[in-house]
Amino acid sequence: MQGNQLHRQLAHMRQSLFDQGFLDEQFVQLEELQDDANPNFVEEVVTLFYKDSTRLLHNIELSLEKNTLDFTKLDGYMHQFKGSSSSIGAKKVIYECKQFRECCRAGNGEGCKRTFQQLKKEYATLKKKLETYFQFARQAGPTETACPPK
Amino acid sequence: MAFRIGTSNSKCKKVGGNQKICVLIVDDDRATRRIHSALLNKFGVETQVAENGKEAVDLYRSGASFDLVIMDMEMPVMDGPTATQELRRMGVNSMIVGVTSRGQDSEKQAFMRAGLDDCHVKPLNSNTIASLLQQVNKNH
Repeated sequence: MQGNQLHRQLAHMRQSLFDQGFLDEQFVQLEELQDDANPNFVEEVVTLFYKDSTRLLHNIELSLEKNTLDFTKLDGYMHQFKGSSSSIGAKKVIYECKQFRECCRAGNGEGCKRTFQQLKKEYATLKKKLETYFQFARQAGPTETACPPK
Repeated sequence: MAFRIGTSNSKCKKVGGNQKICVLIVDDDRATRRIHSALLNKFGVETQVAENGKEAVDLYRSGASFDLVIMDMEMPVMDGPTATQELRRMGVNSMIVGVTSRGQDSEKQAFMRAGLDDCHVKPLNSNTIASLLQQVNKNH
């Protein structure tokens, strides 16, 4: 019984990540690739994303500290970061990436700095939520089938 | 579902008398490489990865060959268009499919002109992979 309850809570936690706009359909694609041969596939990919994107975010941060902003360079970095974020379905993060790129195109330095702060916030929030989710998933144990969102 | 090819000049391993399709995934992003590998493995396809265009070119120079190359557009050291041009110059006639985060047609067309057989927005999904593997099968 307790196992079922845990799974129900896990399913609820998962659904809320979609309902609150943190994740998109790409996350479901990752879940569909998880199987007995790759039981932790989703967590592996998310972990890779967070490990590799740290350096990129740091490069953007350094670039934003310069007196004269190189919007082409910033746009290039953000394009790359947006691509990586898309691989895990990080919906809110992707939105902030697009906002940042709009600011780059407009040559709006203050806008870039502002949206970057918001992006970092969404990035950190998602990381925390996914860490909690995966921790709970490990506790709950394997489920028989994945339940895609409506 | 597993994809098999009847005859091929590929140097992929033989399994039970049939050759498995071999795909080279060229991408500087680890998460994307992992995703594309997993997608392809689901179809029973063997995969190898390269972190940039130069690694891909070096693999071919060392004598490796693949039935399909999935080539990212933007990579350090050597980007997708440059690597694709170089492979074609070397006489490589493997199917090369570009992947890019850039959705604009003009950018995809520029990448296509480098010598691609096709170009898609990344990450790829299972429908696109299935379609690509069917094309690989038809080409043999």
